[in-house]
Amino acid sequence: MIAIDGVSLTLQGTPILHDVSATLPKGELIALIGPNGAGKSSLLSLVARLIPLQSGRITVDGLPVDRTPGRRLARTLTIMRQDTGLAARLTVRELVGFGRFPHSRGRLTDEDRRHIAAALAEFDLTELAGRTLDALSGGQRQRAFVAMAFCQGTDYLLLDEPLNNLDMMYGRQMMRILRHLVDRQGRTVVIVLHDINYAAAYADRIVAMKDGRIIASGPPDAVLTTDGLEAMYGYRMPVHRIGDRLFIPHHD
Amino acid sequence: MAERRVWLAAALALLCAAAFLGLNLRGNIAFVLELRALKLLALVQVAVAVAVATVLLQTITGNRILTPSIMGLDALYLLGQTALVFLLGGIGFAAVDPRLKFVIALAAMVGLAAAVFLPLVRARHSLTVLLLTGALLGILFRSLSSLLARLIDPNDFAVLQGVSYANFNAPQGELLAIGAVLTAVAAAVAWRQRHVLDVMALGPAGAISLGVDWRWSVAGVLLLVVLLVAVSTALVGPVAFLGLLVVALAERLTGTRRHAVLLPAAACIAVTVLAGGQAVLQHGLGGASTLGVVVEFLGGLVFLLLLATGNRR
Amino acid sequence: MTAIASAIASAVGGRRAALWAAVVFVLLCAASLSVGVAGLSDGAPLELLLVSRLPRTAAAILVGAGLAIAGLVMQILARNRFVDASIAGTEQSAALGILLATAVWPAASVAGKMAVAAAAALAGTALFLVLVRRLPPTEPFLMPLFGIVYGGVIAAGVTFVAWQMDLLQLLETWLNGDLSGILRGRYELLWGVGVMVVLVWWLADALTIASLGRDTGTGLGLDYERMMQVGLVIVSVLAALTVVVVGMVPFVGLIVPNIVSRLRGDNLRGALPWVAAGGAGLTLACDVLGRLLRYPYEVPLGTVLGVVGAAAFLWLVRGGRARG
Repeated sequence: MIAIDGVSLTLQGTPILHDVSATLPKGELIALIGPNGAGKSSLLSLVARLIPLQSGRITVDGLPVDRTPGRRLARTLTIMRQDTGLAARLTVRELVGFGRFPHSRGRLTDEDRRHIAAALAEFDLTELAGRTLDALSGGQRQRAFVAMAFCQGTDYLLLDEPLNNLDMMYGRQMMRILRHLVDRQGRTVVIVLHDINYAAAYADRIVAMKDGRIIASGPPDAVLTTDGLEAMYGYRMPVHRIGDRLFIPHHD
Repeated sequence: MAERRVWLAAALALLCAAAFLGLNLRGNIAFVLELRALKLLALVQVAVAVAVATVLLQTITGNRILTPSIMGLDALYLLGQTALVFLLGGIGFAAVDPRLKFVIALAAMVGLAAAVFLPLVRARHSLTVLLLTGALLGILFRSLSSLLARLIDPNDFAVLQGVSYANFNAPQGELLAIGAVLTAVAAAVAWRQRHVLDVMALGPAGAISLGVDWRWSVAGVLLLVVLLVAVSTALVGPVAFLGLLVVALAERLTGTRRHAVLLPAAACIAVTVLAGGQAVLQHGLGGASTLGVVVEFLGGLVFLLLLATGNRR
Repeated sequence: MTAIASAIASAVGGRRAALWAAVVFVLLCAASLSVGVAGLSDGAPLELLLVSRLPRTAAAILVGAGLAIAGLVMQILARNRFVDASIAGTEQSAALGILLATAVWPAASVAGKMAVAAAAALAGTALFLVLVRRLPPTEPFLMPLFGIVYGGVIAAGVTFVAWQMDLLQLLETWLNGDLSGILRGRYELLWGVGVMVVLVWWLADALTIASLGRDTGTGLGLDYERMMQVGLVIVSVLAALTVVVVGMVPFVGLIVPNIVSRLRGDNLRGALPWVAAGGAGLTLACDVLGRLLRYPYEVPLGTVLGVVGAAAFLWLVRGGRARG
């Protein structure tokens, strides 16, 4: 369980988050939605300790993120980023191998190698294992990064807008992989999404933010209503139900 | 394969070192050999220090076009020396033990780097701000040095000329022992942390989510860089683009940025460039004092090439 | 610092500000005319004034105004506030040009060297502008950082060539700006700066539109590419004039337009006189300071401005960050 309690954040004099509290249960796919500047990415970065906590309290499975040693936390929670810094010429195998760093500090054991092989197989990357990242397509690279996070073996996986730059096919593939992680492996996935239809289709729970506050939280049926969406985005859009799916044509 | 290339680089370095020692031996061979061995020791130190410092800085900044000199670290060293001349006068300056001068300058560098860079690093300002601040401080220190130099009378100014330009031909012999210890310790620490460095190359977000304490690691790496730059500047004077040149060559040779490969490869190539270049210039072209200029120019060309081919990161 | 800036900002209220600026400027000129080793009371004061002090003061004013304007135009070309002719390799390229001209064609007239220098400055700046297109626009401080290294590389090239040609002694005169050698007959080329300033004044509106970017500019009917080329020529000629006559002078083009923009906004026609006067004032002040610091010896203008300019740029960087 991720417990967020009374968290506020001010960056360079600009208030970003105002007294945010939320409880994100374990074993669910949770989508953060809301307009630009709502504070979704900042909240995610705070949970992942990429930004130091200024006030309030965040715990992940009871571990306070600001006081738990980084290495301990890295075995419970990870955030997936696509920025490789200097390491664009890593091979897929090397990248996925970094997922074992919190466990073995870079000196790979046989067990680590088994995990890496399993992750490569799980994400259908075995054939690409020797390729470098800059020689992959966008979708393949996304998969490699999720495979690394998978290999890290953490119960919690945070993703900041992972669908950016992906076409429909890769977007769907990514969401199915994440769904799979939740359903089969019992992991917890927290994901920032822009497209509310993806959130409607794949999330167990939706947390809606606006102006640095959480304005709604609950299952898609409860949060994605015409009134709720108007409060978030400032205009009315119809919410249709097709089968057991919600469908929201927001682009009239 | 990458590992095998490192051995190749090592063999090249050994060959160049041997050439530096053995070419054109004449006269009192024992004496000449001893002289050359001391020079070689200095060159190797500078090579290792510059190569390792550049790799480390590039790793924590996630940027291939940076060298420590852009952070103004060597300028700070010069300013410390100039300030000493200013305070003590030319004769007083010459009388002070060079090791003491080195320690004072080193303390000033570490202190100032801590005072200026640590708050910036800890406040998590973007690295560009940090680097630009460093670069501007470098210009400020350099200008202050030459301002101080102008305020000292022309006599004293001549004393300083000796320490203002890189000179691979006449290294500061008194500092060899202390420099060797510092270089060895810093290189050993970097080597022990090679896996952590690999992870740090992923950038702050990646490193933190893999459990690296980013702030303290960056502070530690910066401290290593400061130490190494101090050693090389103290021994031969400011070197700007040598690091850029050798790291780019090492990366091209080994095709990887894994630190277990890149650190030794860059160090070996640096030894090759310095010892080999010195041997060639000394015996082939008869202009050994100019290696600094040649290396800087070649390094500058590499810099432009890296930019032009879009290999900045 | 901020308190001073805001005090100035509140004082700068149109006509009164102009009056104050004029008073300061006249005082600086008077100081520049009267400070020097030879006193005005002994010998032939008029001769001294005409041969040395007046030319030196005029040179400082022209160089300062020219570089400040060049910086302003450079910032429009690069679409980045934190560059100028000394941070985009323009001045270094000009120095390379003079060096090559001196080496290859020693008998050339000053005007001939000036032409070569301008051509080299043009090439160096154009290359800079092409290269910085690859830099991400989200990191405004990357461009000056890159420019500093770029200028350093060209300077290393200059040193390399100078060493090859045995011209190292001459190098210092081009790399470090100095007004102590200015006498009647040795600075008149600088009046070309005046021509450039008039040209910029004439183009002010077009340049303001160009500063909004290619798309907006083209949308407003501007020939954007042509404007960029004209701007490039202006910057290169201004930098070459400066380097040929007095040597490299850092930071004036960066500091002055930034401060003026904070105080008076970004409309070029309104800002232009302030930028020119500010550059002239800063250069005069630094030159007088250089004459006083170790009287009767002199500290070169380039050295004084290196200290003052780097400190001011640091302040701008920190201030810029505080504003988000």
